[in-house]
Amino acid sequence: MNDLTPTAEERAASLKGIGSTRKRVEDARFTQGKGNYVDDLKMEGMLFGDFVRSPYAHARVVSVDKEAALAVPGVVAVLTAEDLAPLNLHWMPTLAGDKQMVLADGKVLFQGQEVAFVVASDRYAAADAVELVEVEYEELEVVVDPFKAMAPDAPVLREDIADEKEGAHGPRRHHNHIFTWEQGDKDATEAVIAEADVVAEEMVYYHRTHPCPLETCGCVASMDKVNGKLTLWGTFQAPHAVRTVASLISGIAEHNIRVISPDIGGGFGNKVGVYPGYICSVVASIVTGKPVKWVEDRMENLMSTAFARDYWMQGKIAATKEGKITGLWCHTTADHGGFDACADPTKFPAGFMNICTGSYDIPVAYLAVDGVYTNKAPGGVAYRCSFRVTEAAYFIERMIEVLAIELNMDAAELRRINFIKADQFPYNSALGWEYDSGDYHTAWDKALNAVGYADLRKEQAARLEEFKAGKTRKLMGIGLTHFTEIVGAGPVKNCDILGLGMFDSCEIRIHPTGSAIARLGTISQGQGHATTFAQILASEIGIPADDITLEEGDTDTAPYGLGTYGSRSTPVAGAATAMAGRKIRAKAQMIAAYLLEVHDDDVEWDVDRFAVKGAPERFKTMKDIAFAAYNQAIPGIEPGLEAVSYYDPPNMTYPFGAYICVLDIDVDTGETDIRSFYALDDCGTRINPMIIEGQVHGGLTEALAIAMGQEIAYDDMGNIKTGTLMDFFVPTSWETPHYTTDHTTTPSPHHPIGAKGVGESPNVGGVPCFSNAVHDAFRPFGLRQSHMPHDHWRVWNIANSLGLHD
Amino acid sequence: MSKMHLKLTVNGEAVETLAEPRELLIHVLRERLNLTGPHIGCETSHCGACTVDLDGKSVKSCTVFAAQAQGAEITTIEGLGNPDGLHVLQEMFKEHHGLQCGFCTPGMITRAWRLLQENPNPTEEEVRFGMAGNLCRCTGYQNIVKSILAAATEMNAAKEAAE
Ligand code: FES
Ligand code: FES
Repeated sequence: MNDLTPTAEERAASLKGIGSTRKRVEDARFTQGKGNYVDDLKMEGMLFGDFVRSPYAHARVVSVDKEAALAVPGVVAVLTAEDLAPLNLHWMPTLAGDKQMVLADGKVLFQGQEVAFVVASDRYAAADAVELVEVEYEELEVVVDPFKAMAPDAPVLREDIADEKEGAHGPRRHHNHIFTWEQGDKDATEAVIAEADVVAEEMVYYHRTHPCPLETCGCVASMDKVNGKLTLWGTFQAPHAVRTVASLISGIAEHNIRVISPDIGGGFGNKVGVYPGYICSVVASIVTGKPVKWVEDRMENLMSTAFARDYWMQGKIAATKEGKITGLWCHTTADHGGFDACADPTKFPAGFMNICTGSYDIPVAYLAVDGVYTNKAPGGVAYRCSFRVTEAAYFIERMIEVLAIELNMDAAELRRINFIKADQFPYNSALGWEYDSGDYHTAWDKALNAVGYADLRKEQAARLEEFKAGKTRKLMGIGLTHFTEIVGAGPVKNCDILGLGMFDSCEIRIHPTGSAIARLGTISQGQGHATTFAQILASEIGIPADDITLEEGDTDTAPYGLGTYGSRSTPVAGAATAMAGRKIRAKAQMIAAYLLEVHDDDVEWDVDRFAVKGAPERFKTMKDIAFAAYNQAIPGIEPGLEAVSYYDPPNMTYPFGAYICVLDIDVDTGETDIRSFYALDDCGTRINPMIIEGQVHGGLTEALAIAMGQEIAYDDMGNIKTGTLMDFFVPTSWETPHYTTDHTTTPSPHHPIGAKGVGESPNVGGVPCFSNAVHDAFRPFGLRQSHMPHDHWRVWNIANSLGLHD
Repeated sequence: MSKMHLKLTVNGEAVETLAEPRELLIHVLRERLNLTGPHIGCETSHCGACTVDLDGKSVKSCTVFAAQAQGAEITTIEGLGNPDGLHVLQEMFKEHHGLQCGFCTPGMITRAWRLLQENPNPTEEEVRFGMAGNLCRCTGYQNIVKSILAAATEMNAAKEAAE
């Protein structure tokens, strides 16, 4: 060896493995406009589908007259429930064990519900024909309030199951009731609350909103009737699950269905579910023998596919007078809309809402969730969060603030004295989870120091004095949040969707010249999987990330997996990737030993090679080994170098973080000015810091939107009031603040590389942080709880109701 | 509906096509001319995914009828850069992680390209204001702004070197 021989560190750096700020391999394509999204697909003879939708939120469909629509030049077919019924496709199963109308079967249950599907030669002809389908409706009484929906004399929404006493998740106690889900110890919790020094009680509402990815949902279905094969391209966050579901409901054998997720323009939970557009496109392609494209427009997206949240969380939190929390109680009324189409693991009808004890050591807790039907769109997806974790985090982080008011305590200190301590991990929570690892106190202190918390409070107090003296009309708010996520669903023993265990997979093939291709059961929607999963592999098998191609999203080639949502890709598929890499390495070790003419145990792994123990100059690189695997007959070893791993995680992972927001509020206009936002995330081992930071910026901006203005609102008639981007708030670069990111690193003890997942943390932690900042500004004037979104009008109203305009 | 004979200059080349007068320019570009770089995020002129350059101005091509575009000179994302390399804006978006899902990116870069011609030396605030017609759901804009400022610096340095 001489000076030019690279050191182990140099060799490791050249791999661009775990920890490297590797630039994304996806970007050359996307920046040139060469992405391939579903609406970019073009096929010979392709037809376009478009929906006739209900203008009413609750009505009987008396008749549908297709005649005028069918007369439009270019129109090929108009499908209604009657046409789908012979195929038994007029209803479809939902992910939550309910069923949903594909096309209105006798009645409609929400505004925008799909009534008929027009198929035409181009999108203009289809749109013209949609206008000409004559539907006669008979209006019915509308229920948009989930509490009124549970009144004894409320109108029956779901006539199809009105008399069923048993639902997919246990007994139903009312015709508009879906399920009750209970966790924890009710009696013990109520006893603690009855005896507590202090109890804070509050209704915390997390309003209905929508993931609204920039690309809407869509698909192209192409049935080749000659060979009996169906190909379905679409915006699917879980292509394999779509294939299985498509097979089960269509009767087409699964091997004859190929599902392809091309590039996806953002998902955030919107693209997990199965929508009527997919079913109608498939049927239309079967009927016409031609490819059929359906892409919803933005209004259809906001009004019909996948709302999120809409949780009314009644809470009680008990504590000693010193502030030690002794118990937590929560009853949630969950508004699920007209059909229960929530995307949750089967055994968790309210998702992981039972993470609502948050980052705190709470000895007893009780949670009950009642799911209710209303005349609103179905959905209930995890909008950039693991199933209902954002709701849980918002609930506990608001309850902590309300308790701090009750105790007249600083909310940062109240959190500190209640955090689960580092030596308590693995920690078993009162609501049944085993938190894998954490060091909350370290993160919290780092965050408070970084922002100069004590000085901020002094500045705030001075501002308050000025305000009271009439010298300023601006109040200052300091928002605090410490959140604990639960991601990486999940262990097959308790996590499945429609009976499909929530493992994930990776398959690796090493090419003879030492480069590789890996395929995964997940699908990127902007997270940069092609970049980061190659980094995991690079570190595991010593092949440079730049020499590894990543592929996802084609069910004919990728191994089976449950897809990308709930921050599960890194915890589950990332683990599968590492484990598949380790299988490669195990075989490579035998080959290297053979080539080096030593025993298997006498070689050791060194970054990108196996070297003879004690003689590092005698080695075989992975490249040498790959070539040997394909060109030498090695006794007892099969040719080739490939591996596949299906990873069933032993536990969830529990990323956490400490966020602090500082803002000014103009009490006369209700305007908020976010001065700074500090986000400390601990996602365990960090694979690519650049991508993590990007995920945090993006998640915080979605949190900003939700907390400060974004909502799916309805009037009493069930008319959606926020159906376009004019009314539905999506922040621009102008409203979005500058973020400061930071981190601590507490690896997951059970994940092969210690990674926990990060994509959704900023949304989970960001929403309560923004909201707490608004509340904090008004705390001196007696504000306890005011529902989001905190748009200017609502903030102005808070000021007004507190007498600040007098 | 009867079609009109549309003549345009797109990315420096004269093109002709037939289109219904009511067709939106974004559909003409994407479906008749196969330029699928510009995307559709709303069709109501809010998101900017469909941004192209028309006669020297950034426009949302979902809000322009084919008939209105007659004779126009249009640049789309496909007209930036060249077969051998990326445009410096494209390069800087890659360098500074200015994109994630990539859906907003063609519109973003096409808008930024015009912005930097209008104002070659923008402040961060000017970039944030000048880009406010283009929505991104993934990045939170921070790295988009960084990418555009970096591109401005590079372009100015290149200009200076050439002078
Ligand atoms: S598609 Fe044109 S602005 Fe959104
Ligand atoms: S990168 Fe996804 S919308 Fe901007």
